[in-house]
Amino acid sequence: MKIHEYQAKALLSEFGIPVPKGSVATTPAEAKRIAAELEGKVAIKAQVYAGGRGKAGGIKMANTPEEAEKLAGQMLGTKLVTHQTTPEGVPVNKVLVEKAVNVERELYLSIIVATANRMPVMMASEAGGMDIEEVARVSPEKILLEYIDQAAGFQAFQGRKLAYGMNLNSAQVRAATSLMTNLYKLFQAKDCSLAEINPLVVTADGELLALDAKLNFDDNALFRHSDIEQLHDIEQEDPLEAKANELGVKNYIKMDGNIGCLVNGAGLAMAVMDLITHAGGSPANFLDIGTVNDVSRVVSAFKIFTTDPSVKAILVNIFGGMARVDIIAQGIVEAHKHMDINLPLVVRLAGTNVDEGKSILAESGIDFIEATDFYDAARKAVAAAKGSNK
Amino acid sequence: MSILIDKKTRLLVQGITGGEGSFHTQRCIEYGTRVVAGMTPGKGGSEILGVPVFNTVEAAVEKTRANASMIFVPAAFAADAILEAADAGIPLVVCITEGIPVSDMVVVHNYLKGKQTRLIGPNCPGLISPGKCKVGIMAGEIHLQGNIGVVSRSGTLTYETVAQLTSLGIGQSTCVGIGGDPMPGSTFVDILKLFQKDKDTRAVVLIGEIGGTTEQEAARFIKEKMTKPVVAFVAGATAPPGRRMGHAGAIISGSSGTAHDKMAALAAAGATIAPSPAEIGITMKKVLER
Repeated sequence: MKIHEYQAKALLSEFGIPVPKGSVATTPAEAKRIAAELEGKVAIKAQVYAGGRGKAGGIKMANTPEEAEKLAGQMLGTKLVTHQTTPEGVPVNKVLVEKAVNVERELYLSIIVATANRMPVMMASEAGGMDIEEVARVSPEKILLEYIDQAAGFQAFQGRKLAYGMNLNSAQVRAATSLMTNLYKLFQAKDCSLAEINPLVVTADGELLALDAKLNFDDNALFRHSDIEQLHDIEQEDPLEAKANELGVKNYIKMDGNIGCLVNGAGLAMAVMDLITHAGGSPANFLDIGTVNDVSRVVSAFKIFTTDPSVKAILVNIFGGMARVDIIAQGIVEAHKHMDINLPLVVRLAGTNVDEGKSILAESGIDFIEATDFYDAARKAVAAAKGSNK
Repeated sequence: MSILIDKKTRLLVQGITGGEGSFHTQRCIEYGTRVVAGMTPGKGGSEILGVPVFNTVEAAVEKTRANASMIFVPAAFAADAILEAADAGIPLVVCITEGIPVSDMVVVHNYLKGKQTRLIGPNCPGLISPGKCKVGIMAGEIHLQGNIGVVSRSGTLTYETVAQLTSLGIGQSTCVGIGGDPMPGSTFVDILKLFQKDKDTRAVVLIGEIGGTTEQEAARFIKEKMTKPVVAFVAGATAPPGRRMGHAGAIISGSSGTAHDKMAALAAAGATIAPSPAEIGITMKKVLER
């Protein structure tokens, strides 16, 4: 899960990491008031779940409160398109108004879990303010790594190695070590999947400051962080994905094709998408219905298909294991009872309780195209989608 | 032979009294697995499906000499369940549970260092040695005893693969689902090593997916150490970068995480790549006929 920059900075601040002074505004008048309170030059930063804001016009400098008001007015209520967003962009409903900082140096600092090493790793670099993946590609020697032992935690010597490695002076090394220790505490305490400060700046006064911040959280751990979960801004998501999430269909991703896919298992769902493409079609979505045996979740999936105007055919491919085919079949029947579904439906069922599932569908009288295996299903769905386009 | 499980496996089920736990325990018993014990705190002394239930894994192992465990405990308590099984010295722990926090798994991996316990999963379908023993949630009847090893990150795509193999009359020695999490207990390389050593495994099917670099590590092992043929497929060629495709581990970040890069690495290592997920069985057939 992602959160906004202003929320991330509030968390950093709570954990003792210095951030620029500032506040979030939802109206131009509010931006003006905050700018006046801060005095002097301020930065106006669009709050969106996407990087690349600077180049896309999502970060502007204002010299006066009036200018801050004007710039905030130009940003608020619009959609920002960056290289990380869809062509439609993401809505700007909030701007962060922040006191401008005299930057001397831009550094990079982050923590992720290094899955290959099965432990967290802190990454630091003198090449801050840039795309770190680009730095890793072009000059990997500029990235310093310290792996963090789960039992020992982040140690001061590791902080000194990274800080001296970034050519900080001894006073700054002390501040940096404490900042890094605090960042790891935050990473641990909130089950982050990414804690990134880019850039971490050295100001003209020699102070360290988190000029930008990005925190992502482990979705699997949200059950123990309701404070974090409630920060989620649904308006930053694709509307269909937001609706799916609201309906309890968690593993749904909107794609740009026209075949609505309902599959159990992430790997199989991806394989079905691959097969649709192989058969000359294009999937409207990724959807792993999961292993919870719940009829209403299948109904919800059909609700999403009928809401998505791009869907021209539905493909259900279930290979029961943990998921039981009979429950999925009941879901399909329920969906047709409650909704007017005028889309061709291709169904392929196999695995746990397949016979029960097949007879439920057969007895329901629902009009559907039966497929014998998943490639057959993909071909028939592609043909059906082409047919209903005419 | 087969790897990891066979007729000698004595299975303990952690979370046996839950809905999924009891349903799949019954299926395992029907398949012929010797389920010797169940474990649910607070239900010790009772019996379910003819299996005695214990309050702790330690007590279950002491009384029944269980040598493998299958875990159905909810995600919030699953790491604890894995640790309890390892603490009791169980050599094989299969965790079916999905959705375990990454930080919990960091603790698990740290704890397992230097211990004898092998973990399969989490977020996996388990494993099966057809005709001998099933420790997992897969439908037993789609399998056929034979000499092809199957190892996969995906549960249901493994079922598809097995169904293809079986319909062509190609049996399996053992099928292992290593799970869709970013830090599985056992990796492709761990399982490939066992298949390479196993006398009854003639060739191996490897099913990968986008995200991480475990397929590339497998490719390195195949190139350097495998003498048995490998057929491979990697799901997710059509997946967009930066999006988590269901599995916590299935997210493309950087070019090494793409299906294309993984298949290229496996092909360069000498594995035969199935052109589509529908052609894994037939590809293996052709490889065996060579």
